[in-house]
Amino acid sequence: MEPLMAVVIGILYAAAIYMMLRRSIVKLVIGLMLLSNAANLLIFTSAGLTRGAPPLVPEGLAEPLGKVADPLPQALVLTAIVIAFGVLSFAVVLIRRAYEIVKADDLDKMKDTDT
Amino acid sequence: MTLLWIPLLTLLGVLVPALTARRGRGFCTLATVTLPAMALLLTLSQVPALLDGELPRVALSWIPSLGLDLAFRMDGLSLMFATLILGIGLLIILYAHFYLSAGEPYGRFYAYLVLFMLSMLGIVMADNLLLLWIFWELTSLSSFLLIGYWSHWTDARKGARMAMTVTGAGGLALLAGFLLLGDMVGSFDLGVVLSSADVILADPRYPVMLVLVLLGAFTKSAQFPFHFWLPHAMAAPTPVSAYLHSATMVKAGIFLMARLHPALGDSELWGWLVTLTGMTTFLYGAWFALLKTDLKAILAFSTVSHLGLVTALLGIGSPMAILAALFHILNHATFKGALFMSAGIIDHETGARELGKLGGLRRAMPITALLTTITAASMAGVPLLNGFLSKEMFFTETLDTALLGGLGWLLPVLATLGGILSVAYSLRLVHGVFFKPAKEVPPKSPHEPPRLMRAPVELLATLCVAVGLFPAALATGILDLATRAVLREPLDFHLAIWHGVNLPLVMSLAALAAGITAYGLHSNIRHFARQFAPIDARLVFEGTIQSLVARTQTLTHRLENGSLQRYMSLLLGTALLLATLGLVELPELAGDKPTQPLDAMLVLGSALMIFAALGTAITHRYRLISLLMLSVVGLVVSLTFARFSAPDLALTQLSVEVVTMILLMLALFFLPQKTPQESSASRIIRDLVLAGTLGMVVASLNYAVLTREIDSIAGFFIANSVPGGGGHNVVNVILVDFRGFDTLGEITVLALAGLAIFKLLNRLRLFMPHSDGEGRVWSPDRYPMILTTVSQALLPLALLVAAFIFLRGHNMPGGGFIAGLVTAVALILVYMARGVEWTQNRLDFPYQPVAIGGVAVATLTGLGSWLFGRPFLTSAFGHFHIPLVGDIELATAMLFDLGVYLAVVGATLMILANLGKLTTPHRPTKEAPAVSRKETPAPPSEEAPLILDTEKSQRPSKEKA
Repeated sequence: MEPLMAVVIGILYAAAIYMMLRRSIVKLVIGLMLLSNAANLLIFTSAGLTRGAPPLVPEGLAEPLGKVADPLPQALVLTAIVIAFGVLSFAVVLIRRAYEIVKADDLDKMKDTDT
Repeated sequence: MTLLWIPLLTLLGVLVPALTARRGRGFCTLATVTLPAMALLLTLSQVPALLDGELPRVALSWIPSLGLDLAFRMDGLSLMFATLILGIGLLIILYAHFYLSAGEPYGRFYAYLVLFMLSMLGIVMADNLLLLWIFWELTSLSSFLLIGYWSHWTDARKGARMAMTVTGAGGLALLAGFLLLGDMVGSFDLGVVLSSADVILADPRYPVMLVLVLLGAFTKSAQFPFHFWLPHAMAAPTPVSAYLHSATMVKAGIFLMARLHPALGDSELWGWLVTLTGMTTFLYGAWFALLKTDLKAILAFSTVSHLGLVTALLGIGSPMAILAALFHILNHATFKGALFMSAGIIDHETGARELGKLGGLRRAMPITALLTTITAASMAGVPLLNGFLSKEMFFTETLDTALLGGLGWLLPVLATLGGILSVAYSLRLVHGVFFKPAKEVPPKSPHEPPRLMRAPVELLATLCVAVGLFPAALATGILDLATRAVLREPLDFHLAIWHGVNLPLVMSLAALAAGITAYGLHSNIRHFARQFAPIDARLVFEGTIQSLVARTQTLTHRLENGSLQRYMSLLLGTALLLATLGLVELPELAGDKPTQPLDAMLVLGSALMIFAALGTAITHRYRLISLLMLSVVGLVVSLTFARFSAPDLALTQLSVEVVTMILLMLALFFLPQKTPQESSASRIIRDLVLAGTLGMVVASLNYAVLTREIDSIAGFFIANSVPGGGGHNVVNVILVDFRGFDTLGEITVLALAGLAIFKLLNRLRLFMPHSDGEGRVWSPDRYPMILTTVSQALLPLALLVAAFIFLRGHNMPGGGFIAGLVTAVALILVYMARGVEWTQNRLDFPYQPVAIGGVAVATLTGLGSWLFGRPFLTSAFGHFHIPLVGDIELATAMLFDLGVYLAVVGATLMILANLGKLTTPHRPTKEAPAVSRKETPAPPSEEAPLILDTEKSQRPSKEKA
């Protein structure tokens, strides 16, 4: 299943980048969202695909019995998910303020700071 | 410690003029002089120790990891220079007291001057290469301020900028050289460097390092071809010229060469580079000094010439040459300082500085005429004056050196030629100003300057004569100490006026005779020189700078045309290139790790995800469908997390997905409804190719990683989670304990994003659109009955679930992040079901304090560990027995997690509630850009209708799919 996972992530990346290269700001936002999903998956899978072994230590033991999934990328991705939300909402509002000045959903018109 | 007080007193001295400037100039001058004078006394108090053969040092550790110490030393060389710097500096302050005109901000001038004094002292006393470099840069900065003191004058600004650019660039080269030098020796300590000559000379990097260090020294000391800044720096007030450009700053390069001579000087490369540069500068400066007509320009070029002479001596490098170099530094400082001050007096009292406008001043200013004649004669090398002694030593050394081998006769010939030129220009200066009949009447009627303004010149001229007559008595002591510091052993020498009739004496006399003749033929020489087009260094310099600026601007415009797409494609292209290079280097894509078998669920999930991802992109013109596709991607990602043993991630992703979708729906509502014309076909193809190749590269990368065994550091976290963190859920323990500091940063960012959004949306008024971008009219049923009922029932349940998830988080999947998101989602549901109005009436508190409070709780928890003498964010845990509930494990990490919870709830609600508020009936319902930013909201009305059909014509034209 590793090749399949890789293909899925590749397609997510491609779709996200294509969206981000559009002229429309709204599409940029959607692309950003796709990209953060893709990047989270990439980081998460980089530690390997482990099934049925969450990084939990059974009650009463000091260490898990068998091999468990790598907790580190999970912790990293967890905060990344929340931060992505914060950044996305900030970007949305910022774009809204920029739109008030540019008056068009067109990144090509946002080329100067003194429009 | 006495040593530390010398720079320290001077540093304090910088503040004095600024503080006392209001008390009148006399008081200010006196106050300014006090501290440097004390520093001078302290410097001289070191003499007995030096005579005993000690080396006074003081060192305080500053940044040990960089090898930078606050270390000072006072050897003979430092003593000689420090005396010069402080002594002449005091004379200059006295002189400036009379020189500056009444309205000028003298306090600032004195402060700059003392700052410069401090930086020079730092250079000569530093016992650490990096410290030396810092003071080196400080001289560039403070001289910039001094040269540009008359900042209203273009020439001053340009001259200051040129000096700054040239010496600053040299400073960077010097830093690079010092870093190399420190790397060779293994220490930046000057003592270590000076005694490691064999290591340095044997190092293969020696030539590079030497060239870099010499670049620093040559630019500072105005050696050819970097000399051009010095004449332009004459735009400075004359006291500055006299101080910086005769006695001190330009000597810093020479000081550096003398200082590092024991470590670097013993090589052929040094001899060639330094001697030839010095000789070229010596002749070049002297030639132009003869041609210039401005008094200060003549002096500037003669300074360039004399600096070349000293440099050449340092290049020759024999013990006697070093002695001659040091002696000439002293002599040059006395006669050139005096000459500059005389030039300033003439300028001050007549209002003119051009030789053509001056003449016959001997009658009006007899004493100044006498003083100038004495010092100029010393500059020319007339016997019985100090300049003669060192110049003759220079001639001797050019005869003795074996540097040029068979062409060795060339050096004395060139030296004599330079001697001839300096006699000629000195003669021209004195004769032209004082003895030749005046061609025109000067702007002011000339007279002698105030008594005290002349005093510094008198003192220096007296020194010229006294040292010239009694060199052995007056100069031997300090020169003995200084040469001992450079040569690292005592030198047996004897200074005398008369060495008998020998070749150097013949050279001197020949130079005198030929120089007088050359002055006689001066008009012919000028006529000859006029055939060559004059090169204005300033024009060349400005031209170079401007063409450089123009070229970089073109490049910048080409790279940065303001288009986000352009930047992104450049960035992505670079990433593509680098990742491709990395992949090409792999022997094969697949690693050794066996792949796991596929199963139906996974295939189904993957197919769904691929469909949704492609769907998002393909349907991008139908915003709502695109968003729905996007949410499918999010959900499948969450399932993927669940499938591959990440329950915490799955929960987080699920709840974030909900809030993100709400956010994006709101965004669709108030982001622009019109989409620009689609890009050209070529651009679409470019983007498709870029996106496609990047996707493939990422997929290959991911596959390569997935099929290889990875040595993770996770073992530590898993092993220490229970014994060290007191929690069974390793992911949560990492978040709140092991990597708690990161989490603290992240919730801070989240809270900041929320606050920023709150501020950005403040007072934003939005019209209520009639329909979405695709023309669908909003539902007239604002608050659907079923949703209202369900949400009311769901709220307490959801809050209970949140509390449950929060509490078990440390041991089971859950935790502050997830609980916070669940709480936020439950509250948002109420907002959606009931409207902002209804909800805020019942939930009447702002969310900003919640978010900030969350960050504060987390921070205070971290700080709490300081109370127990532990590092920031150390966690503690223990088992407690609570009646009825039973044994429970409590950790301080839980308190931290509470902060996370509060921050997430506060920030999420702050973001969504504020965005949601924009669409309430409070807002004007017309589309009018002017209204959209009006400050007063329309009167609230519960029954505000949606947009009436009659207003349809005012709505934006619908976006065509």
